[in-house]
Amino acid sequence: MRLRDGRALCGIAVIAAVALAALAAPLVTSGNPNTQADIVATRFLPPLASDVHGGFHALGTDRFGRDVWTRLVYGARISLGVGLLAVLISVAIGTTVGAAAGYLRGWLSTALLAFTDFALALPRVVLLLLLSALWRPSAALVVVVLGVTGWMPIARLVHGEVRGLAVQPFVEGARAVGASRARILWRHILPNALTPVIVAAALGVGNAILLEAGLSYLGVGVQPPTASWGSMIASGRDTLVNAPWVATAPGLALVLVVVACTLLGDALRDALDPGAGAARR
Amino acid sequence: MLRSLKQRALAGLAVVAGVVTLTFLLLHAAPGDPAERLLGPTATTEQVAALRHALELDRPLPVQYASWLGRFVRGDWGTSIATGRPVWTMLRTAWPATARLVALSLLLSYALGLLVGTIQAARSRSRLDTALSVASVTLFALPGYWLGLMLMMLLTYWLRLLPAFGAAGMDADFLTGWPWVADQLRHLALPLLTLTVIGVGGTARFARGAMLDVLAQPFVAVARAKGVSETRVLSRHVLRNALSPMLTLLGLSLPALFSGAVFVEAVFAWPGVGRIMVEAVQSRDYPVVMAATAVSAVLVVAGNLLADLLAAWADPRVRGAAREA
Repeated sequence: MRLRDGRALCGIAVIAAVALAALAAPLVTSGNPNTQADIVATRFLPPLASDVHGGFHALGTDRFGRDVWTRLVYGARISLGVGLLAVLISVAIGTTVGAAAGYLRGWLSTALLAFTDFALALPRVVLLLLLSALWRPSAALVVVVLGVTGWMPIARLVHGEVRGLAVQPFVEGARAVGASRARILWRHILPNALTPVIVAAALGVGNAILLEAGLSYLGVGVQPPTASWGSMIASGRDTLVNAPWVATAPGLALVLVVVACTLLGDALRDALDPGAGAARR
Repeated sequence: MLRSLKQRALAGLAVVAGVVTLTFLLLHAAPGDPAERLLGPTATTEQVAALRHALELDRPLPVQYASWLGRFVRGDWGTSIATGRPVWTMLRTAWPATARLVALSLLLSYALGLLVGTIQAARSRSRLDTALSVASVTLFALPGYWLGLMLMMLLTYWLRLLPAFGAAGMDADFLTGWPWVADQLRHLALPLLTLTVIGVGGTARFARGAMLDVLAQPFVAVARAKGVSETRVLSRHVLRNALSPMLTLLGLSLPALFSGAVFVEAVFAWPGVGRIMVEAVQSRDYPVVMAATAVSAVLVVAGNLLADLLAAWADPRVRGAAREA
């Protein structure tokens, strides 16, 4: 990929900055994101305010007197982590199903494709709500739920790629020199089929982060007091009139990261797959 | 064509059956019993058992499933456990609110998105294109519930222009004529604006991509070589061909008319299907969740079919390919 691509640079810079801040959370923030230090004196402090104990609050405090910046940075761990892991699960399932359906022939291939179509027809939000209701809501559950409900488009992509690659001369060549079917699929076909998957994954991370925040907003995702951008927006909803900064900050962070993922995905697609019109849809 | 339609309808029926069965199993596997939730913590074990018996929840799962399916197919969608109202009535009264909201937002976001995408494709790789691209990516990335809150903060709490909750004012029943229309529009404004702003981002991105794909085709070069003006190339040659994928996308939006605004409805207390679904899942209102899921699944299948039919209608090549297949 050309590094001159402004979109890629912007996307990588934003994601790297947020990821670094999340990893180094104890260094860039002061204290625990969940402590309610002095609930009387530090409640609803506006951005750039100092409390009576000398603590500085760049983004203000919420109704429990918790520092919004600290919660935002710790929340980034949840948002980025959930987004990345969920997409990893989707990519693993989607690539396996898609490669098997594309390379195998006969009833198994048909069955896998039919299963993918079936899963695509499931109403995702209802499914997410139901699955989240099944167990006690937690970040791990959100990862699994988002992962197992997001693999279908990737399976479709991989299936199409593998189908096309399986009839290429180099595959025939590999078969002629006696490579096993598994080896051909693993060493020769899959590496060539992964380009659209990388693009879909970059775009998928943004989507997964949005859905995680949505679930947490509805109260079936990451549970309080753990800081997550979605649950922060939800808790700021009730104090929108007197403390708008509580809901504004996590929303802006969310938009920034999702835009960065989308820009990176777009740039990757243009760089890796210049002719791909179909992948654009 | 007819034969493949019949096959697809059968496959669609199988998908709907599968979705409904899976939902039934998940719903009954979920912890939390509707009877317990309805009666609250002070209910005795006997009372819970009596209500479970009355709701037929103490029968074996396969029996419950078969009896639900039999009644559903005959049009008896049951009674909501939480509200006691017939499910059919609940969904029928909530549906127009969702459909009105989503249909208008789809219409607006397609019109605006197509316009923005066309401008971008016409001025591809210019500063304007880049600016509009960044704008559409940003709009597309906005979470509906957050944008809703921000617009509410701005237009309701600060500027005091628009109401933030519900589909009608407290006095709506006493209004007639223009005041009634104005009241409806004022309540519609915020949720519609939220959905449309996000929708425009997506459709503009899609429209730009579709237009650029067509612009790269040889026949566009031929048209230009013949001396056809650029406006005419765009409007007559490119836009028409780019509409085909846009129509596919529109067909796929059919299920959204029923359940496409879950988050936005939650923010604005909009009395639509999305809100009913969230509440029903939370209170384990089995009949409501089952009926809503079944309708959603039917609409997904119908939407896929509609997308293909629209594509075939808009593009003779697709029709030909279907005939050969």
